[in-house]
Amino acid sequence: MSTLELVLTIAGLVLITIVTRGFFILPERELPMPAWLREGLRYAPIGALVAVIAPELVMSNGRLIGTWMDARLFGAAAATAWFVWRRDMLGTIVVGTGVMLIFRMGLGW
Amino acid sequence: MQSWRHRARTVVRHPEFARGAREMVGVALGIGAWGLVTGMAMVKGGLEPWAAVLMSLTVFAGTAQLAVAPLMASGAPIWVVWATALCLNLRFVIFSAQWRPYLRQLPFKRRALMSYFTADLNYVLFMRRFPEPAPAPEQIPYFWGGVLVNAGSWHLMSLLGIVLADRIPAEWGLGFAGTVALLAMTYSMLADRATWLPALLAGAAAVAAYALPLKLNMLVAIAAAVAVGTIIDHARPAQRPAR
Repeated sequence: MSTLELVLTIAGLVLITIVTRGFFILPERELPMPAWLREGLRYAPIGALVAVIAPELVMSNGRLIGTWMDARLFGAAAATAWFVWRRDMLGTIVVGTGVMLIFRMGLGW
Repeated sequence: MQSWRHRARTVVRHPEFARGAREMVGVALGIGAWGLVTGMAMVKGGLEPWAAVLMSLTVFAGTAQLAVAPLMASGAPIWVVWATALCLNLRFVIFSAQWRPYLRQLPFKRRALMSYFTADLNYVLFMRRFPEPAPAPEQIPYFWGGVLVNAGSWHLMSLLGIVLADRIPAEWGLGFAGTVALLAMTYSMLADRATWLPALLAGAAAVAAYALPLKLNMLVAIAAAVAVGTIIDHARPAQRPAR
């Protein structure tokens, strides 16, 4: 890509960020939306979060992993245990990542 | 100008500003790790450093940046780059419908500015703090406190990732910290509300539909969560929350 094309592409990406984030916030008037959809959208964020996480934990190279000897699984299990025990996010991140690194560096999983 | 400054000062001094910032600090480590990885990946994907910096500072959408950097470097048509980013950002359209009742009474310029900063974790923390969809004065300082920490740690670490792209080995798996941050976020949401079934089904759907192009499996998973959640709500009409 030429410099001009790169700048144009990035400008378009900025516009996409603005339009998607502001889609229902920016208009002055109410955009019509059925009540059941409005209610159901409460479940959207949890769906989006899990949709990002699940493939990161149980897939590699676009396939479901076929072994339990994967450092990520132990990291996630440790993070889960820590969260259940302490309910603290920072600790959960540190413990989960730490355990994953121990298994990856120590055992090569 | 004077009134803008005055307003900013009022917002920063409000106790909810500190609370918003503090609650975001809990996940800032994950945001930072993610920013670092995104910065590295953009350069390693073949994007020139100046373009990576420009993109990082302006686009402010991590998943989209991660996905389009290799496309841009390989010279994909511009519309493909835009279509990919659009699909990945569609979740923000869904989020924006949830934001509207809190922000709609504000003047257009402020709505526009705030909507630009409504990233994933700002959304999640804000909705947990203010479950009632009605405007309240303490929401604005809470919002900006979270934005300061979220956008701050994101930009800082993302720039660091661009600088250190060739020095940090990929085997460290730093991206995992970002995944665990999202996991912690999910657990804290699940603790608040009985949404286990929609969450589990969304996860299964995201994995099963992974082969779809443009990360459309994200939308399949969101649709699954919304559909199952709606069905559960309607199956137990007596327990539906009053809204």
